[in-house]
Order: sequence, then structure tokens, then C-alpha cells
Amino acid sequence: MSEAHAFSQAFVRGEMLPPAEAPVTERGAVKWLRENLFSSPLNALLTIVSIFVIWSVLAHILPWMVNGIWDASSLTECRAIRDERGLDSAACWAVIADRWHQLMFGFYPQDLYWRPILAFVLLGVAVAPVLYGSLSRKMLWFSLAYPFLAVWLLWGGSVWGPVSVAMGFCAGWLALRLLSTVAGTLAAVIAALLAPVLWWLFAAAPVAEYLTSVLPVGLTEVASRDFGGFMLALVIGTSAIVLSLPLGILLALGRQSNLFIINKVSVTFIEVIRGVPLIVWLFTASLLLNYFMPPGTNFDLIVRVIIMVTLFASAYIAEVVRGGLAALPKGQYEAADSLGLDYWKAMRLIILPQALKISIPGIVNTFIGLFKDTTLVVFIGLADPIGFSNLIRADTAWNGIYWELFIFIGLLFFIFCFFMSRYSLYLERKLQTDHR
Amino acid sequence: MADASVSPKDSFHLSQLIYDSRYRSLTIQTVAMMLLMLGIGWLVYNTTVNLAALGKDISFAYLWTTAGYDINQQLIPYTSQDTHARAALLGILNTLLIAVLGCLLATIIGVFAGVLRLSKNWVVSGLMTVYVEGFRNIPLLIWILIIFAVMTEGMPQPRDFRPDENGVAEASMILWNTVAVTNRGVFVPRPVWGDTAWVLGIVLALSIVAIFAVRSWARKRQEATGEQVPVLLIGIALFVLPTVLAYFVLGRPVTFDSPVLGGFNFQGGTQLRNSFIAIWLALSLYTGAFIAENVRGGILAISKGQSEAAFSLGLRPNRTMQLVILPQALRVIIPPLISQYLNLTKNSSLAIAVGYMDVRSTLGGISINQTGRELEGMLLLGLFYLIASLLISSVMNVYNSRVKLKER
Repeated sequence: MSEAHAFSQAFVRGEMLPPAEAPVTERGAVKWLRENLFSSPLNALLTIVSIFVIWSVLAHILPWMVNGIWDASSLTECRAIRDERGLDSAACWAVIADRWHQLMFGFYPQDLYWRPILAFVLLGVAVAPVLYGSLSRKMLWFSLAYPFLAVWLLWGGSVWGPVSVAMGFCAGWLALRLLSTVAGTLAAVIAALLAPVLWWLFAAAPVAEYLTSVLPVGLTEVASRDFGGFMLALVIGTSAIVLSLPLGILLALGRQSNLFIINKVSVTFIEVIRGVPLIVWLFTASLLLNYFMPPGTNFDLIVRVIIMVTLFASAYIAEVVRGGLAALPKGQYEAADSLGLDYWKAMRLIILPQALKISIPGIVNTFIGLFKDTTLVVFIGLADPIGFSNLIRADTAWNGIYWELFIFIGLLFFIFCFFMSRYSLYLERKLQTDHR
Repeated sequence: MADASVSPKDSFHLSQLIYDSRYRSLTIQTVAMMLLMLGIGWLVYNTTVNLAALGKDISFAYLWTTAGYDINQQLIPYTSQDTHARAALLGILNTLLIAVLGCLLATIIGVFAGVLRLSKNWVVSGLMTVYVEGFRNIPLLIWILIIFAVMTEGMPQPRDFRPDENGVAEASMILWNTVAVTNRGVFVPRPVWGDTAWVLGIVLALSIVAIFAVRSWARKRQEATGEQVPVLLIGIALFVLPTVLAYFVLGRPVTFDSPVLGGFNFQGGTQLRNSFIAIWLALSLYTGAFIAENVRGGILAISKGQSEAAFSLGLRPNRTMQLVILPQALRVIIPPLISQYLNLTKNSSLAIAVGYMDVRSTLGGISINQTGRELEGMLLLGLFYLIASLLISSVMNVYNSRVKLKER
């Protein structure tokens, strides 16, 4: 074979040919296009359809947004300016410029805007050590104090009210610390539960009054009915998020518990809350809660809503955490038992850190859902951003304006929810300890 | 060793209730029960006192009195002279209609978006990412309002469909002049059932039975002989042909009544109200975004080794998908899918935003306002949603226990 081959060759090339350039279809932009966008007829069709959709949407919306009019006092004026400039379509952003403060703060007094803004900035400071473990642990003390500070900043009034409520927690903590060495854990826990309740029932109000009379430090009071706009969504959302997590974890533990009654109570609570839409719970809060309270009780609609949203979210959190608890291998529970840890120590040191880590995506998703659900308060008469968009439209100057308001409100929610979902991805990566 | 087996002394100390693990759980549960009873008793006591102060009682008799209000979407006949109970039934039917149609459309949208988001095609997957993130991060209520505003503000008025002097109309009907999209709703053809239409239904049911029979026969045959039967083609043929044949043999028992412009509005056909369209589309698009993520996650959860193993066994790509990938992916996809259905059903109560007459708006809305029976109305409303949710989640539990991987 090789011999015949050698004889048949008249000429053998002595040097290598330079490598030919790849065909046009196999290099550069054309290759990328062929591989990514036009690899098959179906793919090509999809690409063309998608590009057509994107183009037709952008062709309508971009000029409308870019040509938007920022300087007008009513929709008619906007339209006049638009016709004057000879534009086909133009957004009337003037409504945002005119009413942004209502969409953000509701009827909160304008000269006091610094207070919610400060509370929001401080929220960032308080949340930072919780979100990012690299920050100093000492900042957590500020996080603990923040809820009281925020309540004082937002609602105003004497500083001693929130302080004396906070003192109740201090009393509980002190009781736990002092008694656990003297009288045993159980007595200390009971005392730690009783002390704050007794303090709030009997001592908190007089102490606050006394301190106010001695040292009157306070801010102008702002009534709950003046709260509104995006600030209201943030207040309800943040409080419910903070309160629902511990409650949800307790409910999840209750549902996993071997104690028959505790288990059944938790299951019933979770299923009943989850089985009924939030809107029905909100109507219950606004229509029926007064029936269940002692006659003459009258508490703030915002507080009622926060309680309802918290209970609602905690049932969802409980299910997410239960998933995490169930996903842990049995060996972890057995290992904790074999180390001789009691129930709470086993949960705190071994089970929950792992279970919560598994359930982070679900927990954050629940929080995102909760934050979006704060828009439902519009149906029970609270003026959240959507409520204000209706109020603004009721004004003759802005009658008939839709898209600008929806875009503004949607963008506000998008920013917050998108941040939360990205943070959950970051946390998942950070807490990933298994080998890859 | 012998000492350890000796049980503690019989004498019982009170402290054992707390420190002895045999009794402690009982103690805790008794205390919990007592606290719970106290709490419930307190609530019930408050309620009775408050009701007595208002001079009200708890009675469901109001359900059988005249409702006195109209419902604009009636799946079964109803007039304002009917009872509150019938109004509630109409509301329930409207809620179920939205729930079923919403689940269907959301599944279709979600599966397409989820699969397309995994596509290597950069434009398509980018577009789907924008869709999913946009709908997941903006409240449903805003989407409902936006779609409602698009329908009422963005669509042509019925009179725009009328040709002017030059014979040119500003708007025109779509789908071969059968569907009119106006700012008063979407008008679609309405099927008119003839006398013999029931035969068609029987033929269709029979052909579905036949499809299942062919499937099981084909499976048995393949297991016995290894030969494959083109089940899909036979199935489609069985589904379509007998019914179409019967349709023409019976002389077209089903006709369609198309909407026609008359007076100030369209006449004939079925009017799908804007409220219905808005809540249906918004729920479907919103839930579809979540389903898309479930589908994507389910497909990604199947390791590549599975499809490689299937290829190395000599299975073709479509058989691989059908026999190896899908059964495993579905186990991951279906539980969250069902809980999305549950969410959609509960979210349908947002119909309040656009005035769609669902159960919340009849039983839990107007009926309460007219009779002042908040407690009873909210209780019934809550019960309806609770039963619906428990039914859906029991379906999910049955499915979960069937497909569960068996462990120790």
C-alpha cells in the first residue's frame, strides 16, 4: 500500500502551507450569530419573533418616555405642550414631579420629611450587620435599638414612650440573667416571660409619664392616618418581615414537634392562615377585629394591618422552614441527641442553622411576596402608592393619567424586590459549604 | 447493670412534672391547652359582649332572603330577586371560572417561558428573563390595574368599528371578522347548540376512551414484542376524526353566533368584560412567571448524567425526554406547580380591584354591606377558600406520596 502510494506521487511538497483562514461562517460575529441565534430553523424563527417583539415595544415606549414632559401643572397643559412641540406621543412625567411627595410619603407633614428619610437611612445601618457578616458585631446593638428609634422617628411624641417599652425587654433579659444562676433555668424563663408583661401592663405608662414630665424630649406627633405612599408600604413590609421570621420559626418547630396538642395547634393555625387569601384577612382586620377585642378597645388601623400581615407571613415562613427541617438528614437529629443536648440547644446549635440555610431562598421569596402584598391595604382604606394613584386621578388636573403613575410605582417596588432576590442569591453562594 | 434496670421509686413528687421527661411533655401540653382555651374563651366572651351591645345575633338565615343586587357575569341564570345564597353560588362559579382558566393559561405561558429561558438563544432567553423578573418583582395588583387600563383606555370604542363616508373604519375585527376587541370588552363568537349536539359530546368521550385503550394496548405490545406503535399519531387521529365526521354526518349541529356591530355596541356573541380579561390575563401572566421558574429549576435539577446514560442505552432524544428526563423533572416541577395553582386561586380575590363579581365580591362584599352580617359573611367566605385550598393541597399530597423516592 505504502509502496504503491510512494510511486504514484510525482511531487511531495517540502514546506507546510500557511493555515487557511476559517470560512466566513465559522468565525467572528457571523459564527456567533449562527451558533446562538440561527442554529436551527426554529431558533431563527424565535430570534426573529423576539426581535420583532422587542422592536415594536421599544418603538412605542422609548420615544414616549424620552419625549416626556416634566414641566406642567395638569394633563391638559401636558397635552398642549406636546402638540406645540409637534410630538405624536409624550409621557407626562409632570405628574410625578408634581405629586412625588404624596406617592412617597402620603400626607406626612412636608417639613417633617427628614424623619422618615432618616428612619430609612438608619434602617440601612441597622440591617447592614444582619445582611453582611463581615461588619462589626457591635453594630447589632444598634439593630436591636432600631425598632424603637424608628417608631419614635415616624410617629413622634415623647421619646420616653418607646424607651419604656424597650425597658420591658431589658427587664425580661435581666430576669433571665439574674435568676438562671440562682433559681434554675425554668424559673428564670418563666420570670423572663412574666417580667416584661407585668412591666408593660402596670409600670410602663406611669414611668413614661413621669420621665416626660421630668425631661420632656419629644418630636411633633404624626397621626397614623397621615401615613401613606411608599413609606406606608415600607413600614408595614419591614415590620411584618422582622416580626414574622421568629414567629414562623416557632410555628415550624411546633409543627415538627412530638407534643400532640402543640403539633395540632400549629398545623391548624398554619393551614387556616394559608388557606384564606390575605385580602380576606385584611377585611377581617378592618371589619371584625373590634368584635374580638374588649369593648372600647380601639387600636390603630396600621397596627392591625401589621399584625394581620405578620400572622399571614409567619404561616408561610413556617412552611418554608419546615421544608428545611425536613430536608436535614435524620443523622443530624440523632447526633444532637447523642451529644446529650436538650431540645432548645439541639435546635439552636445544630438543627436550625442548617435548616435555615437550606430555606433561605424560600424565606426571601416569602418576604418579597409579603412586600408586594402590602399593596392590598388599599382595599381597606389605607393610602398606599396605589391608593394615591387613585387619589391623584380623582383630581381634575390629572384626571385620565395612568401609565406614568403605574410605571413610577412599579419601578419603586421592582427596585426593592429585585434587590432582595439578588441578595438571596448572594447569601446562597456565601453559605454554600459543600464541596463542588 | 442491675441497678440501671431498677425503676425509680414509686413515690411521686410534684417536681417530677417538670424535671422528669416522662411527665414533662404532658405538663407542657396541659399548660398550652389551658392557655389556648383561655385565649379562645376570651375572644368568644368579647364577641358575645360586643354583639349583645350592638343588638346583633349570629344567624345564617339572611342567606335565604332576597339579594336585591345584580351580577354582571352570570354563568347560571340569576336576577336581583334571587337569594343571597344564589348570589354567593354565582360568585363561587365566577371565582372557579377564573381559577380554572387562569391555571390553564398560566401553565401554558409558564412552560413556554421556562423552556425558552433555558434556550441558548441569547435574545430569546433575555426576553424571557425580562418577562419573569418583571412579573415576579412587581405586585400583582399593579399588573391587574395596568391590564385593565390597557383594555379600557387603549382599545378602540365600538363606534370606531363603523366605516366612515369613505368606507374606512378606524378599527377592525380580528380573526376573520369573528372577534372584536373594544374598550367595553372583547366580543367573541358564541356556540349555539343544536338538537343533536349531545351526540358530538358522546362521540368525543368515546374517542378519548379509545385513545386510552390504544395506549395501554401499545404499551403491552411493546413490552411483549418490542415493537413500537405510533401512539401520538393514532391518538390525534382518534381525537379529531370521529368528532369531525359526526359533525358533518349530523348536519352541523353546532353553529357560531358572531358578534355584529349594531346600534352603539356589538350585538350577539359573548361579551368578555374588561374586568374578566384584566384579572384573567394578569393572573395568568403573573403566575406564569413563577411557573416558568419552577419549570426551569426542574429541568436544571436533572443531572446531565441521566441524559448521557439514556443516550448510551441507545434511546433517541425524544424517547430520552419522554422516558428519562420528564418523569424525573416532573417530580420536581409538579409540587410547586400545584402550590402556584393554589396561589392563583387565592389571588383571584384581587378581582375586587376591577369589579369582577367573584365570591369575595358577592358573598363577602355586597351581601355583607346589604345585611350587615360581617361575621357570618366573612366566616363563610373564609370557609370557601379554606375548603378550596385544602382540596388542592390534598391532591398535591396524594401526588407527592405517589412519586416519593423510597428511603429508609
